[in-house]
Amino acid sequence: MKKKRNLLENIIHGVFLILGLITVGCVLMITIYLVISGIPAIREIGLVEFLFGDTWAPTAAQPQYGILPFILTSIAGTGGAILIGVPIGFFTAVYLAKKAPKRVKEVVGQAVSLLAGIPSVVYGLVGMTVLVPGIRRIFRIPDGSGLLASIIVLSVMILPSIIKMSVTALEAVPKEYEDASLALGATPEETWFRVSVPAAKSGIAAAVVLGIGRAIGEAMAVMMVAGNVANMPNSPFQTVMFLTTAVSYGMGYSDGLYRQALFSIALVLFLFVMLINAVLDFFLKGEQK
Amino acid sequence: MKKIISIALAAVLALSLAACGGNSDSLSGKVATDGSTSMEKVIGALKETFEAQNTGVEVTYNPTGSGSGITAVAEGRCDIGLSSRNLKDSEVAQGLVGTVLAYDGIAVIVNPENTVEVLTVEQIAAIYTGEITNWSEVGGIDAEIVLIGRDASSGTRSGFEEIVGVEDACQYRQELTSNGDVLTTVASNPGAIGYASVATVKDTVKALKVGGVAPTNETVKDGSYAIQRPFVLVTKADTELTGAAKAFFDFITSSDANEVITAAGVVPAN
Repeated sequence: MKKKRNLLENIIHGVFLILGLITVGCVLMITIYLVISGIPAIREIGLVEFLFGDTWAPTAAQPQYGILPFILTSIAGTGGAILIGVPIGFFTAVYLAKKAPKRVKEVVGQAVSLLAGIPSVVYGLVGMTVLVPGIRRIFRIPDGSGLLASIIVLSVMILPSIIKMSVTALEAVPKEYEDASLALGATPEETWFRVSVPAAKSGIAAAVVLGIGRAIGEAMAVMMVAGNVANMPNSPFQTVMFLTTAVSYGMGYSDGLYRQALFSIALVLFLFVMLINAVLDFFLKGEQK
Repeated sequence: MKKIISIALAAVLALSLAACGGNSDSLSGKVATDGSTSMEKVIGALKETFEAQNTGVEVTYNPTGSGSGITAVAEGRCDIGLSSRNLKDSEVAQGLVGTVLAYDGIAVIVNPENTVEVLTVEQIAAIYTGEITNWSEVGGIDAEIVLIGRDASSGTRSGFEEIVGVEDACQYRQELTSNGDVLTTVASNPGAIGYASVATVKDTVKALKVGGVAPTNETVKDGSYAIQRPFVLVTKADTELTGAAKAFFDFITSSDANEVITAAGVVPAN
Protein backbone atom coordinates (compact mmCIF):
# COMPACT_ATOMS: atom_id res chain seq x y z
CA MET A 1 0.00 0.00 0.00
CA LYS A 2 2.69 2.44 0.99
CA LYS A 3 4.79 1.47 -1.99
CA LYS A 4 1.89 2.11 -4.33
CA ARG A 5 1.40 5.51 -2.83
CA ASN A 6 5.08 6.29 -3.21
CA LEU A 7 4.94 5.29 -6.85
CA LEU A 8 1.95 7.55 -7.49
CA GLU A 9 3.70 10.42 -5.77
CA ASN A 10 6.81 9.82 -7.79
CA ILE A 11 4.81 9.86 -11.01
CA ILE A 12 3.08 13.11 -10.12
CA HIS A 13 6.40 14.55 -9.04
CA GLY A 14 7.80 13.56 -12.42
CA VAL A 15 4.92 15.19 -14.31
CA PHE A 16 5.36 18.47 -12.45
CA LEU A 17 9.08 18.36 -13.05
CA ILE A 18 8.53 17.90 -16.79
CA LEU A 19 6.03 20.76 -16.90
CA GLY A 20 8.54 22.95 -15.08
CA LEU A 21 11.30 21.91 -17.44
CA ILE A 22 9.16 22.89 -20.45
CA THR A 23 9.18 26.50 -19.23
CA VAL A 24 12.90 26.44 -18.57
CA GLY A 25 13.40 24.75 -21.93
CA CYS A 26 11.50 27.53 -23.73
CA VAL A 27 13.60 30.21 -22.08
CA LEU A 28 16.79 28.33 -22.88
CA MET A 29 15.74 27.74 -26.48
CA ILE A 30 14.88 31.40 -27.05
CA THR A 31 18.13 32.51 -25.41
CA ILE A 32 20.25 30.13 -27.45
CA TYR A 33 18.38 30.98 -30.65
CA LEU A 34 18.77 34.73 -30.07
CA VAL A 35 22.47 34.42 -29.28
CA ILE A 36 23.17 32.18 -32.28
CA SER A 37 21.22 34.32 -34.73
CA GLY A 38 22.26 37.63 -33.18
CA ILE A 39 26.02 37.14 -33.04
CA PRO A 40 26.88 36.83 -36.78
CA ALA A 41 25.66 40.30 -37.73
CA ILE A 42 27.45 41.89 -34.77
CA ARG A 43 30.62 40.10 -35.88
CA GLU A 44 30.25 41.31 -39.43
CA ILE A 45 29.37 44.89 -38.53
CA GLY A 46 31.67 45.13 -35.52
CA LEU A 47 30.41 45.46 -31.94
CA VAL A 48 31.49 49.08 -31.46
CA GLU A 49 30.08 50.23 -34.78
CA PHE A 50 26.86 48.32 -34.15
CA LEU A 51 26.25 49.63 -30.63
CA PHE A 52 27.65 53.14 -31.04
CA GLY A 53 27.12 53.89 -34.73
CA ASP A 54 24.66 56.75 -35.03
CA THR A 55 23.31 55.99 -38.53
CA TRP A 56 20.79 53.28 -39.30
CA ALA A 57 20.36 52.91 -43.06
CA PRO A 58 20.05 49.18 -43.83
CA THR A 59 18.46 49.62 -47.26
CA ALA A 60 20.77 52.34 -48.55
CA ALA A 61 23.29 51.70 -51.33
CA GLN A 62 26.00 51.66 -48.67
CA PRO A 63 24.21 50.13 -45.70
CA GLN A 64 24.98 51.35 -42.20
CA TYR A 65 23.92 49.49 -39.12
CA GLY A 66 24.37 51.75 -36.11
CA ILE A 67 21.72 51.20 -33.44
CA LEU A 68 22.75 53.95 -31.01
CA PRO A 69 19.62 55.97 -31.95
CA PHE A 70 17.42 53.01 -30.96
CA ILE A 71 19.26 52.36 -27.71
CA LEU A 72 19.13 56.02 -26.67
CA THR A 73 15.48 56.27 -27.72
CA SER A 74 14.53 53.20 -25.71
CA ILE A 75 16.39 54.57 -22.68
CA ALA A 76 14.94 58.07 -23.09
CA GLY A 77 11.43 56.76 -23.72
CA THR A 78 11.50 54.39 -20.79
CA GLY A 79 13.16 56.97 -18.53
CA GLY A 80 10.57 59.56 -19.46
CA ALA A 81 7.73 57.12 -18.86
CA ILE A 82 9.17 56.31 -15.42
CA LEU A 83 9.56 60.01 -14.63
CA ILE A 84 5.87 60.63 -15.35
CA GLY A 85 4.39 57.25 -14.45
CA VAL A 86 6.14 56.53 -11.15
CA PRO A 87 5.04 59.62 -9.18
CA ILE A 88 1.44 59.22 -10.38
CA GLY A 89 1.46 55.49 -9.76
CA PHE A 90 3.19 55.79 -6.39
CA PHE A 91 0.86 58.40 -4.91
CA THR A 92 -2.18 56.58 -6.32
CA ALA A 93 -0.96 53.42 -4.61
CA VAL A 94 -0.43 55.19 -1.26
CA TYR A 95 -3.90 56.71 -1.52
CA LEU A 96 -5.53 53.40 -2.45
CA ALA A 97 -3.72 51.38 0.19
CA LYS A 98 -4.01 53.79 3.12
CA LYS A 99 -6.48 56.59 2.66
CA ALA A 100 -9.18 55.73 0.14
CA PRO A 101 -12.67 54.75 1.40
CA LYS A 102 -13.60 51.15 0.55
CA ARG A 103 -15.99 52.17 -2.23
CA VAL A 104 -13.47 54.43 -3.95
CA LYS A 105 -10.79 51.80 -3.60
CA GLU A 106 -12.98 49.23 -5.31
CA VAL A 107 -13.88 51.50 -8.22
CA VAL A 108 -10.33 52.78 -8.77
CA GLY A 109 -8.97 49.25 -8.38
CA GLN A 110 -11.34 48.03 -11.08
CA ALA A 111 -10.36 50.91 -13.35
CA VAL A 112 -6.67 50.11 -12.90
CA SER A 113 -7.31 46.44 -13.74
CA LEU A 114 -9.22 47.51 -16.82
CA LEU A 115 -6.33 49.77 -17.84
CA ALA A 116 -4.01 46.76 -17.64
CA GLY A 117 -6.35 44.78 -19.90
CA ILE A 118 -6.58 47.29 -22.74
CA PRO A 119 -4.67 45.96 -25.79
CA SER A 120 -1.65 48.04 -26.69
CA VAL A 121 -2.94 48.66 -30.21
CA VAL A 122 -5.84 50.58 -28.64
CA TYR A 123 -3.39 52.75 -26.70
CA GLY A 124 -1.65 53.37 -30.00
CA LEU A 125 -4.87 54.26 -31.80
CA VAL A 126 -5.98 56.71 -29.12
CA GLY A 127 -2.48 58.15 -29.08
CA MET A 128 -2.55 58.60 -32.83
CA THR A 129 -5.99 60.22 -33.08
CA VAL A 130 -6.09 62.22 -29.83
CA LEU A 131 -2.64 62.64 -28.32
CA VAL A 132 -0.59 63.42 -31.44
CA PRO A 133 -2.93 66.18 -32.73
CA GLY A 134 -3.22 67.42 -29.13
CA ILE A 135 0.55 67.83 -28.77
CA ARG A 136 0.65 69.56 -32.17
CA ARG A 137 -1.91 72.15 -31.05
CA ILE A 138 -0.58 72.70 -27.51
CA PHE A 139 3.04 73.22 -28.55
CA ARG A 140 2.18 74.84 -31.91
CA ILE A 141 4.49 72.55 -33.89
CA PRO A 142 3.88 71.12 -37.38
CA ASP A 143 3.52 67.53 -36.15
CA GLY A 144 2.90 66.06 -32.71
CA SER A 145 4.26 62.55 -33.14
CA GLY A 146 7.59 61.55 -31.66
CA LEU A 147 9.38 60.99 -28.38
CA LEU A 148 7.02 62.98 -26.14
CA ALA A 149 3.92 61.25 -27.49
CA SER A 150 5.58 57.87 -26.95
CA ILE A 151 6.57 58.78 -23.40
CA ILE A 152 3.02 59.80 -22.51
CA VAL A 153 1.53 56.62 -23.99
CA LEU A 154 4.12 54.47 -22.21
CA SER A 155 3.64 56.22 -18.88
CA VAL A 156 -0.08 55.45 -18.96
CA MET A 157 0.64 51.86 -19.95
CA ILE A 158 2.98 51.21 -17.01
CA LEU A 159 0.60 52.70 -14.42
CA PRO A 160 -1.32 49.45 -13.72
CA SER A 161 1.76 47.37 -12.90
CA ILE A 162 3.20 50.11 -10.68
CA ILE A 163 -0.06 50.78 -8.83
CA LYS A 164 -1.04 47.15 -8.29
CA MET A 165 2.33 45.95 -7.03
CA SER A 166 2.83 49.00 -4.82
CA VAL A 167 -0.62 48.61 -3.25
CA THR A 168 0.15 44.96 -2.49
CA ALA A 169 3.48 45.93 -0.92
CA LEU A 170 1.94 48.74 1.16
CA GLU A 171 -0.89 46.54 2.39
CA ALA A 172 1.61 43.91 3.49
CA VAL A 173 3.20 46.33 5.97
CA PRO A 174 2.35 45.01 9.49
CA LYS A 175 -0.36 47.10 11.12
CA GLU A 176 1.68 47.22 14.36
CA TYR A 177 4.28 49.44 12.69
CA GLU A 178 1.67 52.02 11.80
CA ASP A 179 -0.13 51.72 15.14
CA ALA A 180 3.14 52.30 16.95
CA SER A 181 3.87 55.35 14.82
CA LEU A 182 0.40 56.79 15.41
CA ALA A 183 0.66 56.05 19.14
CA LEU A 184 3.88 58.06 19.27
CA GLY A 185 1.94 61.08 18.02
CA ALA A 186 2.74 61.03 14.27
CA THR A 187 -0.05 62.15 11.93
CA PRO A 188 -1.45 59.55 9.49
CA GLU A 189 0.39 61.25 6.60
CA GLU A 190 3.69 61.14 8.48
CA THR A 191 3.04 57.49 9.24
CA TRP A 192 2.40 56.59 5.61
CA PHE A 193 5.46 58.27 4.22
CA ARG A 194 7.89 57.70 7.13
CA VAL A 195 6.83 54.21 8.23
CA SER A 196 4.67 52.39 5.65
CA VAL A 197 6.54 53.43 2.51
CA PRO A 198 10.04 52.68 3.87
CA ALA A 199 8.78 49.32 5.12
CA ALA A 200 7.39 48.54 1.65
CA LYS A 201 10.27 50.07 -0.29
CA SER A 202 11.61 46.88 -1.84
CA GLY A 203 8.12 46.00 -3.12
CA ILE A 204 7.67 49.49 -4.55
CA ALA A 205 11.12 49.34 -6.15
CA ALA A 206 10.15 46.02 -7.72
CA ALA A 207 6.98 47.67 -9.06
CA VAL A 208 9.06 50.40 -10.69
CA VAL A 209 11.42 47.86 -12.24
CA LEU A 210 8.44 45.90 -13.56
CA GLY A 211 7.16 49.14 -15.10
CA ILE A 212 10.54 49.70 -16.76
CA GLY A 213 10.37 46.18 -18.18
CA ARG A 214 6.90 46.80 -19.59
CA ALA A 215 7.91 50.13 -21.11
CA ILE A 216 11.11 48.93 -22.74
CA GLY A 217 9.39 45.90 -24.29
CA GLU A 218 6.36 47.68 -25.73
CA ALA A 219 6.26 47.85 -29.52
CA MET A 220 2.78 48.20 -30.96
CA ALA A 221 1.58 51.33 -29.18
CA VAL A 222 4.78 53.32 -29.67
CA MET A 223 4.94 52.25 -33.32
CA MET A 224 1.76 54.23 -33.91
CA VAL A 225 2.86 57.48 -32.25
CA ALA A 226 6.68 57.57 -32.45
CA GLY A 227 6.94 58.29 -36.20
CA ASN A 228 9.36 55.38 -36.79
CA VAL A 229 12.28 57.31 -38.26
CA ALA A 230 15.76 56.38 -37.01
CA ASN A 231 16.59 59.83 -35.61
CA MET A 232 18.61 60.61 -32.49
CA PRO A 233 16.23 61.45 -29.62
CA ASN A 234 17.62 64.97 -29.32
CA SER A 235 14.28 66.70 -28.76
CA PRO A 236 10.95 65.61 -27.27
CA PHE A 237 9.31 66.38 -30.61
CA GLN A 238 11.76 64.39 -32.72
CA THR A 239 10.28 61.37 -34.48
CA VAL A 240 12.14 58.31 -33.26
CA MET A 241 12.37 54.54 -33.45
CA PHE A 242 12.63 52.21 -30.44
CA LEU A 243 14.60 48.94 -30.20
CA THR A 244 11.32 47.03 -30.29
CA THR A 245 9.81 48.90 -33.22
CA ALA A 246 13.04 48.64 -35.22
CA VAL A 247 12.72 44.86 -35.05
CA SER A 248 9.00 44.54 -35.77
CA TYR A 249 9.17 47.23 -38.46
CA GLY A 250 11.86 45.48 -40.47
CA MET A 251 11.05 41.83 -39.82
CA GLY A 252 8.45 41.54 -42.59
CA TYR A 253 10.65 42.19 -45.55
CA SER A 254 14.32 42.35 -44.60
CA ASP A 255 16.88 39.90 -45.90
CA GLY A 256 20.58 39.18 -45.66
CA LEU A 257 22.64 41.19 -43.22
CA TYR A 258 19.68 43.49 -42.49
CA ARG A 259 17.64 40.57 -41.17
CA GLN A 260 20.56 39.26 -39.13
CA ALA A 261 21.03 42.74 -37.68
CA LEU A 262 17.41 42.70 -36.53
CA PHE A 263 18.16 39.57 -34.51
CA SER A 264 21.15 41.38 -33.06
CA ILE A 265 18.86 44.25 -32.02
CA ALA A 266 16.55 41.69 -30.44
CA LEU A 267 19.56 40.28 -28.59
CA VAL A 268 20.46 43.74 -27.26
CA LEU A 269 16.85 44.23 -26.15
CA PHE A 270 16.91 40.79 -24.53
CA LEU A 271 20.04 41.69 -22.59
CA PHE A 272 18.37 44.91 -21.42
CA VAL A 273 15.38 42.94 -20.15
CA MET A 274 17.66 40.36 -18.48
CA LEU A 275 19.45 43.20 -16.71
CA ILE A 276 16.13 44.60 -15.54
CA ASN A 277 15.04 41.19 -14.30
CA ALA A 278 18.30 40.79 -12.39
CA VAL A 279 17.65 44.14 -10.71
CA LEU A 280 14.08 43.05 -9.93
CA ASP A 281 15.41 39.83 -8.42
CA PHE A 282 17.82 41.83 -6.29
CA PHE A 283 14.99 43.93 -4.84
CA LEU A 284 12.72 40.98 -4.20
CA LYS A 285 15.50 39.09 -2.42
CA GLY A 286 16.13 42.18 -0.33
CA GLU A 287 12.52 42.05 0.80
CA GLN A 288 12.84 38.49 1.99
CA LYS A 289 15.79 39.38 4.27
CA MET B 1 -24.24 49.54 -58.26
CA LYS B 2 -20.71 48.20 -58.71
CA LYS B 3 -21.64 45.26 -56.54
CA ILE B 4 -24.70 44.49 -58.60
CA ILE B 5 -22.64 44.60 -61.77
CA SER B 6 -20.03 42.27 -60.36
CA ILE B 7 -22.64 39.84 -59.03
CA ALA B 8 -24.49 39.86 -62.36
CA LEU B 9 -21.21 39.34 -64.15
CA ALA B 10 -20.28 36.51 -61.86
CA ALA B 11 -23.61 34.86 -62.62
CA VAL B 12 -23.14 35.31 -66.36
CA LEU B 13 -19.64 33.93 -66.18
CA ALA B 14 -20.77 30.99 -64.10
CA LEU B 15 -23.51 30.23 -66.62
CA SER B 16 -21.25 30.54 -69.63
CA LEU B 17 -18.62 28.34 -68.02
CA ALA B 18 -21.24 25.78 -67.10
CA ALA B 19 -22.52 25.90 -70.69
CA CYS B 20 -19.16 25.07 -72.21
CA GLY B 21 -18.60 21.70 -70.69
CA GLY B 22 -19.22 22.26 -67.01
CA ASN B 23 -15.78 21.00 -66.01
CA SER B 24 -15.57 23.85 -63.51
CA ASP B 25 -17.47 21.71 -61.03
CA SER B 26 -14.69 19.17 -60.97
CA LEU B 27 -12.21 21.75 -59.67
CA SER B 28 -11.42 21.55 -56.00
CA GLY B 29 -8.65 22.48 -53.66
CA LYS B 30 -7.03 25.53 -52.16
CA VAL B 31 -5.33 28.46 -53.81
CA ALA B 32 -3.00 30.33 -51.46
CA THR B 33 -2.17 33.95 -52.23
CA ASP B 34 0.12 36.07 -50.10
CA GLY B 35 1.43 39.61 -50.32
CA SER B 36 0.57 43.25 -50.94
CA THR B 37 -1.93 44.81 -48.57
CA SER B 38 -2.85 47.30 -51.31
CA MET B 39 -4.22 44.42 -53.40
CA GLU B 40 -6.66 43.28 -50.73
CA LYS B 41 -9.72 44.79 -52.37
CA VAL B 42 -9.10 43.49 -55.89
CA ILE B 43 -8.00 40.02 -54.79
CA GLY B 44 -10.98 39.81 -52.43
CA ALA B 45 -13.39 40.58 -55.27
CA LEU B 46 -11.69 38.11 -57.64
CA LYS B 47 -11.71 35.47 -54.93
CA GLU B 48 -15.45 35.86 -54.34
CA THR B 49 -16.24 35.68 -58.03
CA PHE B 50 -14.04 32.66 -58.60
CA GLU B 51 -15.32 30.80 -55.56
CA ALA B 52 -18.90 31.44 -56.66
CA GLN B 53 -18.11 29.75 -59.96
CA ASN B 54 -16.08 26.92 -58.49
CA THR B 55 -17.71 25.89 -55.26
CA GLY B 56 -15.06 23.32 -54.46
CA VAL B 57 -12.23 25.84 -54.47
CA GLU B 58 -11.08 27.96 -51.55
CA VAL B 59 -8.89 30.96 -52.27
CA THR B 60 -6.94 32.27 -49.28
CA TYR B 61 -5.30 35.67 -49.06
CA ASN B 62 -2.65 36.57 -46.53
CA PRO B 63 -2.05 40.36 -46.39
CA THR B 64 1.62 40.56 -45.46
CA GLY B 65 3.12 43.15 -47.82
CA SER B 66 4.72 42.84 -51.24
CA GLY B 67 8.15 41.81 -50.00
CA SER B 68 6.74 39.09 -47.76
CA GLY B 69 4.49 37.80 -50.55
CA ILE B 70 7.41 37.50 -52.97
CA THR B 71 9.46 35.69 -50.32
CA ALA B 72 6.50 33.37 -49.67
CA VAL B 73 6.35 32.29 -53.34
CA ALA B 74 10.10 31.81 -53.50
CA GLU B 75 9.94 29.63 -50.38
CA GLY B 76 6.92 27.71 -51.69
CA ARG B 77 4.60 28.85 -48.92
CA CYS B 78 1.92 30.07 -51.33
CA ASP B 79 0.79 29.51 -54.94
CA ILE B 80 0.59 33.10 -56.13
CA GLY B 81 2.49 36.01 -54.62
CA LEU B 82 0.95 39.47 -54.79
CA SER B 83 3.24 42.42 -55.31
CA SER B 84 2.30 46.04 -55.84
CA ARG B 85 5.63 46.78 -57.52
CA ASN B 86 7.59 45.23 -60.36
CA LEU B 87 9.99 42.47 -59.38
CA LYS B 88 13.56 43.50 -58.62
CA ASP B 89 16.38 41.98 -60.64
CA SER B 90 17.49 40.01 -57.59
CA GLU B 91 14.01 38.50 -57.33
CA VAL B 92 13.88 37.56 -61.01
CA ALA B 93 17.27 35.92 -60.51
CA GLN B 94 15.66 33.73 -57.84
CA GLY B 95 13.50 32.22 -60.59
CA LEU B 96 10.36 34.30 -60.12
CA VAL B 97 8.06 35.64 -62.84
CA GLY B 98 5.73 38.59 -62.61
CA THR B 99 2.45 38.95 -64.51
CA VAL B 100 0.74 42.33 -64.40
CA LEU B 101 -2.85 42.02 -63.22
CA ALA B 102 -3.86 45.68 -63.05
CA TYR B 103 -2.65 49.25 -62.62
CA ASP B 104 -3.20 51.27 -59.48
CA GLY B 105 -2.88 55.01 -59.14
CA ILE B 106 -1.12 56.41 -56.08
CA ALA B 107 -2.88 59.52 -54.85
CA VAL B 108 -0.91 62.32 -53.21
CA ILE B 109 -3.11 63.41 -50.34
CA VAL B 110 -3.30 66.47 -48.11
CA ASN B 111 -5.60 67.70 -45.38
CA PRO B 112 -8.92 69.11 -46.68
CA GLU B 113 -8.03 72.47 -45.03
CA ASN B 114 -4.99 72.76 -47.32
CA THR B 115 -5.49 75.36 -50.08
CA VAL B 116 -3.08 73.71 -52.52
CA GLU B 117 -4.90 71.84 -55.30
CA VAL B 118 -2.27 71.08 -57.95
CA LEU B 119 1.38 69.99 -57.76
CA THR B 120 3.76 68.79 -60.46
CA VAL B 121 5.75 65.59 -60.07
CA GLU B 122 8.88 67.75 -59.77
CA GLN B 123 7.34 69.76 -56.93
CA ILE B 124 6.31 66.55 -55.16
CA ALA B 125 9.85 65.24 -55.53
CA ALA B 126 11.27 68.51 -54.15
CA ILE B 127 8.86 68.35 -51.22
CA TYR B 128 9.74 64.76 -50.36
CA THR B 129 13.49 65.33 -50.60
CA GLY B 130 13.26 68.33 -48.31
CA GLU B 131 14.06 71.09 -50.83
CA ILE B 132 10.63 72.60 -50.37
CA THR B 133 9.65 72.73 -46.71
CA ASN B 134 6.86 75.28 -46.58
CA TRP B 135 3.44 75.20 -48.22
CA SER B 136 3.84 78.88 -49.22
CA GLU B 137 6.54 77.83 -51.71
CA VAL B 138 3.94 75.91 -53.73
CA GLY B 139 1.10 78.41 -53.43
CA GLY B 140 -0.33 77.48 -50.06
CA ILE B 141 -0.46 79.18 -46.68
CA ASP B 142 2.66 79.79 -44.59
CA ALA B 143 2.94 76.45 -42.80
CA GLU B 144 5.61 73.82 -42.54
CA ILE B 145 5.11 70.71 -44.66
CA VAL B 146 4.89 67.50 -42.65
CA LEU B 147 6.01 64.53 -44.72
CA ILE B 148 4.11 61.34 -44.06
CA GLY B 149 5.35 58.13 -45.64
CA ARG B 150 5.02 54.38 -45.40
CA ASP B 151 7.39 51.79 -43.93
CA ALA B 152 10.20 50.50 -46.13
CA SER B 153 8.41 47.21 -46.86
CA SER B 154 5.40 48.99 -48.35
CA GLY B 155 4.67 48.51 -52.04
CA THR B 156 2.96 51.89 -52.07
CA ARG B 157 6.16 53.52 -50.80
CA SER B 158 8.49 51.82 -53.25
CA GLY B 159 5.98 52.50 -56.04
CA PHE B 160 5.70 56.16 -55.11
CA GLU B 161 9.43 56.71 -54.61
CA GLU B 162 10.29 54.94 -57.86
CA ILE B 163 7.75 56.87 -59.96
CA VAL B 164 8.54 60.25 -58.42
CA GLY B 165 12.28 59.49 -58.47
CA VAL B 166 13.03 60.01 -54.81
CA GLU B 167 14.28 56.54 -53.83
CA ASP B 168 16.01 56.53 -50.44
CA ALA B 169 16.08 60.33 -50.50
CA CYS B 170 12.86 61.11 -48.64
CA GLN B 171 13.06 63.18 -45.47
CA TYR B 172 10.07 61.54 -43.81
CA ARG B 173 8.74 63.02 -40.62
CA GLN B 174 6.72 59.85 -39.98
CA GLU B 175 6.87 56.37 -41.46
CA LEU B 176 3.58 54.57 -40.85
CA THR B 177 2.79 50.92 -41.36
CA SER B 178 -0.57 51.02 -43.17
CA ASN B 179 -2.64 52.99 -45.68
CA GLY B 180 -5.22 53.56 -42.94
CA ASP B 181 -2.66 55.11 -40.57
CA VAL B 182 -1.53 57.49 -43.33
CA LEU B 183 -5.13 58.59 -44.01
CA THR B 184 -5.80 59.08 -40.28
CA THR B 185 -2.64 61.12 -39.77
CA VAL B 186 -3.11 63.31 -42.85
CA ALA B 187 -6.77 63.86 -41.97
CA SER B 188 -5.79 65.14 -38.51
CA ASN B 189 -2.87 67.40 -39.49
CA PRO B 190 -3.42 70.51 -41.70
CA GLY B 191 0.25 70.63 -42.74
CA ALA B 192 0.61 66.99 -43.70
CA ILE B 193 1.18 65.44 -47.11
CA GLY B 194 1.08 61.72 -47.73
CA TYR B 195 0.39 59.09 -50.34
CA ALA B 196 -2.02 56.15 -50.59
CA SER B 197 -3.67 53.91 -53.16
CA VAL B 198 -6.37 55.78 -55.11
CA ALA B 199 -8.78 52.97 -54.22
CA THR B 200 -8.28 53.53 -50.48
CA VAL B 201 -8.57 57.32 -50.42
CA LYS B 202 -11.59 58.58 -48.49
CA ASP B 203 -13.33 61.95 -48.15
CA THR B 204 -11.41 62.73 -44.94
CA VAL B 205 -8.43 63.78 -47.07
CA LYS B 206 -7.98 65.66 -50.35
CA ALA B 207 -6.25 64.05 -53.34
CA LEU B 208 -4.05 66.55 -55.25
CA LYS B 209 -4.14 66.93 -59.01
CA VAL B 210 -0.71 65.86 -60.22
CA GLY B 211 0.33 68.01 -63.17
CA GLY B 212 -3.29 69.13 -63.32
CA VAL B 213 -4.68 65.61 -63.60
CA ALA B 214 -6.90 64.28 -60.83
CA PRO B 215 -6.38 60.64 -59.86
CA THR B 216 -9.42 58.77 -61.19
CA ASN B 217 -9.90 55.38 -62.79
CA GLU B 218 -10.05 57.00 -66.22
CA THR B 219 -6.84 59.02 -65.84
CA VAL B 220 -4.97 56.02 -64.45
CA LYS B 221 -6.26 53.83 -67.29
CA ASP B 222 -5.30 56.18 -70.10
CA GLY B 223 -1.94 56.87 -68.45
CA SER B 224 -2.44 60.61 -68.07
CA TYR B 225 -2.18 60.40 -64.29
CA ALA B 226 1.54 60.13 -63.70
CA ILE B 227 1.84 58.36 -60.35
CA GLN B 228 0.66 54.82 -60.94
CA ARG B 229 2.06 51.34 -60.40
CA PRO B 230 1.36 47.76 -61.46
CA PHE B 231 -0.28 45.05 -59.40
CA VAL B 232 1.82 41.98 -60.13
CA LEU B 233 1.07 38.28 -59.73
CA VAL B 234 4.28 36.47 -58.81
CA THR B 235 4.87 32.82 -59.63
CA LYS B 236 7.84 30.51 -59.96
CA ALA B 237 9.35 30.28 -63.43
CA ASP B 238 10.30 26.62 -63.24
CA THR B 239 7.11 25.24 -61.70
CA GLU B 240 3.80 25.43 -63.58
CA LEU B 241 0.70 26.11 -61.54
CA THR B 242 -1.66 23.17 -61.46
CA GLY B 243 -5.32 22.48 -60.73
CA ALA B 244 -7.23 25.14 -58.87
CA ALA B 245 -4.30 27.55 -58.71
CA LYS B 246 -3.87 27.45 -62.49
CA ALA B 247 -7.59 27.91 -63.06
CA PHE B 248 -7.62 30.91 -60.70
CA PHE B 249 -4.56 32.45 -62.34
CA ASP B 250 -6.00 31.98 -65.82
CA PHE B 251 -9.33 33.43 -64.77
CA ILE B 252 -7.99 36.60 -63.15
CA THR B 253 -5.61 37.34 -66.02
CA SER B 254 -8.33 36.82 -68.65
CA SER B 255 -10.56 39.61 -69.91
CA ASP B 256 -13.46 37.87 -68.15
CA ALA B 257 -12.19 39.28 -64.86
CA ASN B 258 -11.92 42.88 -66.10
CA GLU B 259 -15.30 43.99 -64.78
CA VAL B 260 -14.51 42.66 -61.31
CA ILE B 261 -11.09 44.31 -61.32
CA THR B 262 -12.58 47.62 -62.45
CA ALA B 263 -15.26 47.38 -59.78
CA ALA B 264 -12.48 47.01 -57.19
CA GLY B 265 -11.13 50.45 -58.09
CA VAL B 266 -8.11 49.57 -60.21
CA VAL B 267 -7.51 49.33 -63.93
CA PRO B 268 -7.20 45.87 -65.53
CA ALA B 269 -4.07 45.20 -67.58
CA ASN B 270 -5.30 42.35 -69.78
